[in-house]
Amino acid sequence: MNSYLIKRVMVLFPVLIGMTLIVFSIIHAIPGDPAETILGQKATEQSKQALRNQLGLDKPWLQQYFNYMGDLVQGDLGTSIRTKTPIAKEIMPYLAATLELTAASMLFATFVGVNAGILSAWRQNSWFDYTAMIIALIGVSMPIFWLGLMEQLLFALKLHWLPSIGRMDQRNPVETLTNLYVLDTILAGRWDQLWTVIKHLILPSIALGTIPMAIIARMTRSSMLEVMNSDYIRTAKAKGMSQFLVVYKHALKNALIPVLTVIGLQTGALLGGAVLTETIFAWPGVGRYIFEAISSRDYPVIQTGILIIAFIFVVINLLVDLLYAAIDPRINYK
Amino acid sequence: MNKWGNLALVLMLGAGLALSGCGGGNNTGNTGNTGGNTAATNSPASLPETSGTSQDTLILGRGGDSASLDPAIVTDGESLKIAHQVFDSLLEYKPGTSEVQASLADSWEVTPDGLSYTFKLHPGVKFHDGTDFNAEAVVFNFQRWSDPASEYKFEGDSFDYYDSMFGPDGSRVIKEVKAVDESTVQFVLNQPQAPFLQNIAMTTFGIASPAAVKEKKENFKNEPVGTGPFVFKEWKRNDSITLDKNTAYWKEGLPKLNKVIVRSIPDNSARFTALQNGEIDLMEDLSPDDLSTLESSSALSKIERPPFNVAYLGFNFKKKPFDNVKVRQALSYAVNKQEIIDAFFAGQAQAAVNPMPPSLWGYNDSVKDYEYDLDKAKAMLAEAGYPDGLPDPVTLYAMPVSRPYMPDGKKVAEAIQAEWEKIGVKTVIESPEWATYLDDTKAGEKDDIFMLGWTGDNGDPDNFLYTLLDKDAIPGNNRAFYVNEELHTLLTGAQKETDQDKRSELYKQAQEIIKADAPWIPLVHTTPLLAGKANLKGFVPGPTGTEYYSEIYFE
Repeated sequence: MNSYLIKRVMVLFPVLIGMTLIVFSIIHAIPGDPAETILGQKATEQSKQALRNQLGLDKPWLQQYFNYMGDLVQGDLGTSIRTKTPIAKEIMPYLAATLELTAASMLFATFVGVNAGILSAWRQNSWFDYTAMIIALIGVSMPIFWLGLMEQLLFALKLHWLPSIGRMDQRNPVETLTNLYVLDTILAGRWDQLWTVIKHLILPSIALGTIPMAIIARMTRSSMLEVMNSDYIRTAKAKGMSQFLVVYKHALKNALIPVLTVIGLQTGALLGGAVLTETIFAWPGVGRYIFEAISSRDYPVIQTGILIIAFIFVVINLLVDLLYAAIDPRINYK
Repeated sequence: MNKWGNLALVLMLGAGLALSGCGGGNNTGNTGNTGGNTAATNSPASLPETSGTSQDTLILGRGGDSASLDPAIVTDGESLKIAHQVFDSLLEYKPGTSEVQASLADSWEVTPDGLSYTFKLHPGVKFHDGTDFNAEAVVFNFQRWSDPASEYKFEGDSFDYYDSMFGPDGSRVIKEVKAVDESTVQFVLNQPQAPFLQNIAMTTFGIASPAAVKEKKENFKNEPVGTGPFVFKEWKRNDSITLDKNTAYWKEGLPKLNKVIVRSIPDNSARFTALQNGEIDLMEDLSPDDLSTLESSSALSKIERPPFNVAYLGFNFKKKPFDNVKVRQALSYAVNKQEIIDAFFAGQAQAAVNPMPPSLWGYNDSVKDYEYDLDKAKAMLAEAGYPDGLPDPVTLYAMPVSRPYMPDGKKVAEAIQAEWEKIGVKTVIESPEWATYLDDTKAGEKDDIFMLGWTGDNGDPDNFLYTLLDKDAIPGNNRAFYVNEELHTLLTGAQKETDQDKRSELYKQAQEIIKADAPWIPLVHTTPLLAGKANLKGFVPGPTGTEYYSEIYFE
């Protein structure tokens, strides 16, 4: 197990180096003069030239790449061109905001998705099964943008139940420590604020979690159906075990393995792909951070941002693999 | 068995519903703490702190975040908006106009040769860090901006506006800034500069606390210290900037608010929803589509920013046949500006005749526009040697992004395409991504005709006419590659002239020349829309996009 872990961690390095190379080549292939984009129409020719020098844009790109990697190895993640602030310092709040949103979305997606899938399989061909699967089908094909706006219209504007934007009530702000607001309010013991923070999380996490929820529901259903037809389940049923225990204790454990893979992949996808949700709900997350960097050609931010997302993605996948073994003792990594 | 199953089913469904937000019971229960929120459905939900009594915190929603809080190193409007609250300049624009008035400088004297300006500073002003504002502070700031080797020019910083307003290093307009005594500062110029006072009043030349710059160094751009009505408190990037009242502000009775929170809400309709929901009090950049909703709400009010911009189509003189004035004129006759305004601007724009807005001094009223007249357009094309229209399709660059002067470039381009089709000019609309777009139009190799616009930086015609149409602006902002020596003489002459009436005359002549040459089809001057709570008072929108929040209060 330990040797497997070490092996897996070692594999991370070539993956991440490959990632830097790909990202670096792609963003340098985008047309458009970065100096002009960064400084705006109103900047003088002189300062644009100075910026090109400073960024080393006049050097061959291979040399630029090695300079970048050199800095990276020394722990320098670069400095944002737009804000002129070190990225390592700047990215933390964005990352925390996205992690919080992703966690809430996946909690929603997993809880609703897994249960809907189980119930659909359990009551196969019932009205519940049909409804759930139709909802799942609509869920996967729902444009996030539209769903988000509709949520705002209904729950914020018409019903006034939930706030439409942001992470907290700015008139009664939360003291930030970790930038994970849920955690911050718990640490501070501010239960009233915890509730406002959660209220702010509800709409965006549903918007973001709907697609994974639908995917997880369908995956769970088919995986459960397969398991439910296996011999050991028939045995358990024959022994007179209650249906609830059969489903939730015996069948679920085995059915969960492919579902876990999907959950891992979806979590990774949400991390970087939350741009639309973050835009509609004014959520200051890493997706928007990178998106804005792209539109202003803030090269260092694009590179580092994508690299960090890739890193987390790989780590999540590693965790999923380790969880397999925890769930199913037959899987062991030797 | 079935009992267990049904119970589980109910539990699971219930939990699922609650999580998916359909379980409204919980939420309604908890909104009870808003203190009897039984407002009519079309009025925004009042938040706890705001219900009943008048509030003293303003939450403003805008589309983007600041890039930096040090106004000297930025050129983007969003950054300047915040800087405007934290810093004062020597002079300022009278609210809602581009007219210059006293600010940190109470009065000023100019020598007849226009080479020396002496400012008397307002006494007793203090920076937010408690240090004194004085002549030395002014000298420190101007030295910081002009000296390329200044130790307070931090890595990656460039003082672009200083360079563009007062000339780059090597050809500076300002020769020297001297502290005559504690409250008198003298500027000695290398050459007269007519818009000097207009330039000095720009937010970008807000006076920073020298002590804070020295102490905070690079971090000054995150923790600005000025003399302005609001004190910087906190910046959560891409989320919000919090400003507190400057209780020791030197202008008596100001600011009226206790706190200002500026939030970044990128999506226009989400921002409008937040305003209607009472989460923000004031919003910028309302979509023309939302205008009717706004107007039908009694809880909200419409705020119009004075038009101080121009959107235009530019002809690329590098491409044939657009170097031919007859062709340009012909196409000018074939654009129905009023129809475009009605269709895509919800009426919130006026047809543009000249390259600068009518509210600016020096605007030439007597210039006649090319009226919409397709027959005349056809006749002109024939005169130019194209009786059957242009032989090749024309590449029309339409903006891929929404700008204050042009909410939807592609739709407008399509309308123009349809008009031109009628006179035998086929167009292909191209909208590459914004960075590429700017690059291409600047190079002038790919586009035949391009759409672009400009918002004025200061209240001077020079900032429109010279910046956009003089031959000195090639390559750069003169993307038409339009060169007219006579115009160049007029515009550069106007820069050196210090008598405003004479300058005004020169700019009027310049507009006539430009109209005759038709390097552009000026399209519209838009009135950018803002929306606020109906009880929000004292907000005077500024033409350049920045305004003081110090006069705002809630009724």
